[in-house]
Amino acid sequence: MMVGREVILKVEKNIAKPGDEILRVENLKVRDTRGLETVRGINFHVRAGEILGIAGVQGNGQTELVEALTGLRSMVGGKMWFSGKDMTGRPPRPITETGMAHIPEDRQRHGLVLPYPVADNMILNTYYKRPYGVWGWMMPEAIDRNARKLIDDFDVRTPSPYVPVKKLSGGNQQKVIVARELSRGIKLLIANQPTRGLDVGSIEYIHKEIVAMRDRGIGVLLVSAELDEIMALSDRIAVMYRGQIVTTVDAAKVTREQLGLWMAGAHPEE
Amino acid sequence: MQEKEGRKWWRNFAEDSISSILVPLLAVLTAVVIGGLVIALSGGNPFFAYAGLFEGAFGSQKALSETAVWATPYIFAGLAVALAFKGGLFNIGAEGQLAFGAVAGALIGYALPDWVGHDIPATLHVPLAVGAGVLAGTLWAAIPGMLKAYTGGHEVINTIMMNYIALNMTSFLLNGPMQDPVLTSVSSRTPPIAESAYIPQIFDGLRVHWGFVLALIMAVLVWLVLWKTTLGFEIRTVGSNPDAAKYAGINVKRTIILTMAFSGALAGLAGAIEVTGLNHRHELGFSIGYGFDAIAIALLGKTHPLGVVLAAFLFAAMRNGATRMQFLTQIPVDIISVIQALILVFIAADAIIRFIYRIRIKGERVVLTRGWGG
Repeated sequence: MMVGREVILKVEKNIAKPGDEILRVENLKVRDTRGLETVRGINFHVRAGEILGIAGVQGNGQTELVEALTGLRSMVGGKMWFSGKDMTGRPPRPITETGMAHIPEDRQRHGLVLPYPVADNMILNTYYKRPYGVWGWMMPEAIDRNARKLIDDFDVRTPSPYVPVKKLSGGNQQKVIVARELSRGIKLLIANQPTRGLDVGSIEYIHKEIVAMRDRGIGVLLVSAELDEIMALSDRIAVMYRGQIVTTVDAAKVTREQLGLWMAGAHPEE
Repeated sequence: MQEKEGRKWWRNFAEDSISSILVPLLAVLTAVVIGGLVIALSGGNPFFAYAGLFEGAFGSQKALSETAVWATPYIFAGLAVALAFKGGLFNIGAEGQLAFGAVAGALIGYALPDWVGHDIPATLHVPLAVGAGVLAGTLWAAIPGMLKAYTGGHEVINTIMMNYIALNMTSFLLNGPMQDPVLTSVSSRTPPIAESAYIPQIFDGLRVHWGFVLALIMAVLVWLVLWKTTLGFEIRTVGSNPDAAKYAGINVKRTIILTMAFSGALAGLAGAIEVTGLNHRHELGFSIGYGFDAIAIALLGKTHPLGVVLAAFLFAAMRNGATRMQFLTQIPVDIISVIQALILVFIAADAIIRFIYRIRIKGERVVLTRGWGG
């Protein structure tokens, strides 16, 4: 990173107080766009008020896993329960409405409509609901109020809510997504590479927000290829290798070196 | 945190707005200048020619009325293409949808009184005839919409192919099952529609009819739907970024089909209004080119309803004024096609205009089409 010093990603956080199970995944299988099975039978669960980190070298099935959980990609096999409901194979809207937030890996492809103003991007997945959409009509006042509040609350640096979001810096674009996703009444946050390519200030800000969500009792599934990020934020860590979870460990009882070995394919043995 | 935008946002906004009108204006200007050179090279006087063109388009009540008559199908069809563009779809099939709209409108116009066995009041007959045209255009456009949504078949190819089917089907119908039994020198046409299916004229003695007013109303409606409703938000989101639309929970397939259906409805309306408001029958060849000119109009109008209305007027004025120009200066009307083609070239390859006039790239580029399965 171009700051002239080693950046230490230390995040202030208390011990997690996990609650009920919010997401359960059993024997999930997903194919990628080429038709290869890149998620090959995965089992895990996330509880309310904890951060489960998924560590792994990029390309080990994390992208397909997250797309399947959020309804963007169909599952080939397995089951998924979210908030006590069987949500296997449901499309994005009912999953979002049940209380899932998604910070996508590719923010410009999935998370934003670049030519749209900041305000419209902040209601991208709630535009049809009151107060933004009433009887099929868009409500500019409500959209404006929401945008101004979120810009304020999440410290988005933009000259106006009506600037096309593509004109913002990468960090502020990501904040637009974070603001939109975290401001809804949510039960689970899936964050995939939430700080990739961002400046240090934005990284620290987003890390703080993720921990704050956990402390408010929201379950977090964090997917990242950054070992430091996984170590700094997670309460439990699942290591993904070649489409499978090789082991799940307590974040406080594992070393960076050990994780690195598992990510590279070393077999975990007691 | 460092901010990139040094300038005021409203300055960016103003520049974007100006730039979005500037390029079309300069494209028209440049095309007119080059057209003038072509006229001069062929031995004519471009100033007299353009004066004649202007007189023919705006010089009298009748000229104005005829310009509005020309503009009516251009507005409908231009809106059809522009709406599809907003949804990320390139509807080249407006021509075929328009033809089927005209056929369906004519059929209900002349045959319905026979089917029910007695006269129908105009308050019922006009909406039925126009509605039939809208329905025909809607269904015809929904097919390539479904092909796109469910198979990924590209709408550009499919709408071109559907044009061939529609135009040849029309030719068959007008020479066969729907042919006017009273044969004249023009044989490929339907019987005249019943007077109860006529859209009335606005002024006595002038051909401009209430369909023109409907066209202006439709422009406002399309604007309202696109920018003020959740449906319009869905259409524009699918058009701008289908991946983000899916993420936002929008049913992308359904939206693609709906967008094509709406686009076809507007094109079908263009055809049905020409039949019920102007020609009072469908004749082979009357509509050739409306659907294709509509693409140029939608692009020149930057796919915005207001821009479409302005561009439709420009094209209508040129088409209408050309006859007067030829009469006064013996310059063939075909020069108009040259100018219109030049306009389209400068809009599609706007880098030329930006280079000539040294305009920096600003504002939205119109995305004509995405690749296969895009």
